[in-house]
Amino acid sequence: MNERDIGAEILKVENISLSFGVMKVLDNISFDIRQGEIRSIIGPNGAGKSSMLNVINGFYHPQQGSITFKGETRKQMAPHVAATHGIARTFQNIALFKGMSTLDNIMTGRNLKMKTNLFWQALHIGPARAEELENREAAERIIDFLGIQAIRKKPVGKLPYGLQKRVELGRALAAEPELLLLDEPMAGMNSEEKEDMCRFVLDVNAEFGTTIALIEHDMGVVMDLSDRVLVLDYGKQLADGEPDEVRNNQAVIDAYLGVPHEHA
Amino acid sequence: MSQKDQDTTLDTFPKLLHSHVKLRPDQDAIREKDLGIWQSWTWAEAAAEIRALACGLASLGLQRGDKLAIIGDNRPRLYWGMTAAQALGAVPVPLYQDAVAEEMAYVLDNADVKMALVEDQEQVDKMLEVRDRCPRVEHIIFDETRGLRHYEHEFLHDFEKIQQAGVEFDHDHPDFYDQQVAAGVGADVSIMLYTSGTTGHPKGVVLSNDNVIITARNGIIREGLTSHEEVLAYLPMAWVGDNLFSYAQSFVAGFCVSCPEDATTVANDLREIGPTYYFAPPRVYENMLTQVMIRMEDAASIKRNIFHYFMEHARKVGVRILDGKSVSLKDSLLYRLGNILVYGPLKDVLGLRRIKLAYTAGEAIGPELFDFYRSLGINIKQLYGQTECMVLVCVQPNGEVYADTVGTPAIDVEIKIDDNGEIMYRSPGVFQSYYKNPESTASTKTEDGWVRTGDAGFFDDNNGHLKIIDRAKDVGKLNDGTLFAPKYIENKLKFFAFIKEAVVFGNNRDFSTAFINIDLDAVGNWAERRNMAYSGYIDLAGQDEVYQLIKESIDKVNQDLAQDSRLGNSQVRRFLILHKELDADDGELTRTRKVRRNFVGERYDDLVDALYSQQSECHVKTQVSFEDGRIGTLEADVKIWDVDTYPVKSVAEDAAA
Repeated sequence: MNERDIGAEILKVENISLSFGVMKVLDNISFDIRQGEIRSIIGPNGAGKSSMLNVINGFYHPQQGSITFKGETRKQMAPHVAATHGIARTFQNIALFKGMSTLDNIMTGRNLKMKTNLFWQALHIGPARAEELENREAAERIIDFLGIQAIRKKPVGKLPYGLQKRVELGRALAAEPELLLLDEPMAGMNSEEKEDMCRFVLDVNAEFGTTIALIEHDMGVVMDLSDRVLVLDYGKQLADGEPDEVRNNQAVIDAYLGVPHEHA
Repeated sequence: MSQKDQDTTLDTFPKLLHSHVKLRPDQDAIREKDLGIWQSWTWAEAAAEIRALACGLASLGLQRGDKLAIIGDNRPRLYWGMTAAQALGAVPVPLYQDAVAEEMAYVLDNADVKMALVEDQEQVDKMLEVRDRCPRVEHIIFDETRGLRHYEHEFLHDFEKIQQAGVEFDHDHPDFYDQQVAAGVGADVSIMLYTSGTTGHPKGVVLSNDNVIITARNGIIREGLTSHEEVLAYLPMAWVGDNLFSYAQSFVAGFCVSCPEDATTVANDLREIGPTYYFAPPRVYENMLTQVMIRMEDAASIKRNIFHYFMEHARKVGVRILDGKSVSLKDSLLYRLGNILVYGPLKDVLGLRRIKLAYTAGEAIGPELFDFYRSLGINIKQLYGQTECMVLVCVQPNGEVYADTVGTPAIDVEIKIDDNGEIMYRSPGVFQSYYKNPESTASTKTEDGWVRTGDAGFFDDNNGHLKIIDRAKDVGKLNDGTLFAPKYIENKLKFFAFIKEAVVFGNNRDFSTAFINIDLDAVGNWAERRNMAYSGYIDLAGQDEVYQLIKESIDKVNQDLAQDSRLGNSQVRRFLILHKELDADDGELTRTRKVRRNFVGERYDDLVDALYSQQSECHVKTQVSFEDGRIGTLEADVKIWDVDTYPVKSVAEDAAA
């Protein structure tokens, strides 16, 4: 890997706790994400990884703690604030418009970039037209970037799973996010598709300087891609640090491999 | 008429470029689909780009006689690189873009490449990998910046930066470019093309400007091509055919060439461009036909019936209509109706609606396949060519198209058959030499300019067309003395849609045997229709039903062979279906997808031995290399089946009949 510019922290969460009823999902979690880095969150099933992303983009509201994004501290995020302030995400279960084409799906990601109102857009004249051209070009750059020219006009629902994941990444990129949240982008992929996706994650980070927070199960992928890794287990923070530190952390090994029973 | 009647002062590509800038400055010269839109450059714009690039390359130190490697998919900038090099008197050397680093290293070193113009990060990475083995490569220029932002080697340059430097250089030396162009002559080396080579290392074929331009012009004259043709440049730039059809002939005739958006979008781009002049190897036409047939099988019955009805009619009269022969009024009207309902839409889907001339070459093409396209009114013709003479040796004349011949000699081409049956030719396109390889040059090209093709063939008594049966060196004999022409049998096998590749053995053996590769699409579809479950190629290839299917095809080939008194005894007696698809990455096929029979025979020698034993099954272990360079092993039990043979029609019966 070549040297990249890792800047100051762009997002900081402090002492986040989230429960649903008596169920404690996140327990006093604190970490930060620095400008330009690839930050991974790992942990076994039910560790609270997706919940953590949902807290960051405002879908869940934590009972305690604070979120500081680009210098502004809030008790909780709201989804529309997150989106307009430059946080985009993909989902563990693909959430695309299945009947729409790849291009149209990516164009929906440009929605927040469009300034003209519905009236002009409906008439498709004047400023709305110019704006559509501009946004179409941006969408086409993403299509080119992801190498999905051949499926530009195909309905997304008919595409293979790996490609759908790629389209979803495309839609998130269309918003030109500063912070991109990827929820298991490689789940269910074969090794070739995984390699492609890794390449895209690295390229997005290198080309656009996008900060990326990634949830992933495949440890090989995580250790190769990430600058820093946060480990959760049953809502608790087990470890936080560079891949090598985390790999050698006893608590992490125990959580992943199970604790050996001592022969007393 | 030949090129002698034409303007011969335009003897280099930069000079031809200049003439188009004068004649048709605002006509499109080249197009590329980028960001979903066809972007085009007129001849004037292309000339400006080329001039800036040439000056930029000169400022980097590219001089007369130096070699510039060009590696990547068909991109305007890479084509400009060719002209820019030629403007400076340097020699472009296009390389196959999908070659692995190892193969590239050999050519880069052998060709004494000084600079390389490459498409993207993928190619740059390969160049960096082999750089220590090619110390003469001084600079690498890349087109796509993606992923390369953080590469900090001083010998790596962004294409645009080189052009900017070129503009400055041009400003400081305003006469430089024109002087360089004026200094070029027809006898200069125009390009070096490496032949894929079925044996040994690839050889660099040195072609002069005269070789390329005169041949290109002769082709244009014979087919009546104009500056208004549309061509899609989608075949590898390193292949001589692309150089002729998408570069040389465009520069001579002045027509526009379009570059596809991406390798995966070619079918779609073809439809959008609607070429009038098109080349494709037989397998492309085969794939198109297979796709059409598969989709028609899945269509609603009314559509399917209309399709079959009109296709039947086209088979009856289509070819006659295309050849300009008379048909009855009723047939003519019905054909026109068919054109509205079936042929037109079908050609549109295939992207062949506007075709004036479609060539194919490289492998034999089945008669049904030929008739299918020709009956639709698509003028598809075979040609016979070699890198050593800028492609054109023989071309089928309009109206005289037969599946088993390659036509009559092209303009200015002389052909003779030597005593061993080997075809030899002489033409203005005959190459100068193999680069740094005088022995090969001497064994291929005679003192007085005749080139040995290595192909065995003869002129057909009935129509005077050249007929090719096999590679001269591959034509052998069975132990009983029967002529054994493996390619001839393989081609007959491959005409069956279910068979993708066939490798036939038999030289110095008692009888012929075959390895078969099934066509996964066609057989897979066939299997699905029969509710046969299969997990992949290996599984499908091993099923008895599939063996039965292939056996029936071989049986038909045997019946066919039995009709020929010379080749009749070479009927296939035993066969097996290979457990893996033959692959260029494993060296089993050449990059142009021709089977390397000897290599395959050695690699699977245990299977060949089993074919010539009594065994009905053989266990094999094979190394395979994956696309990312990893090596794995594949194990399978391959079944061997016997096939019936037929009594050969004797010469006496021939005479009686």
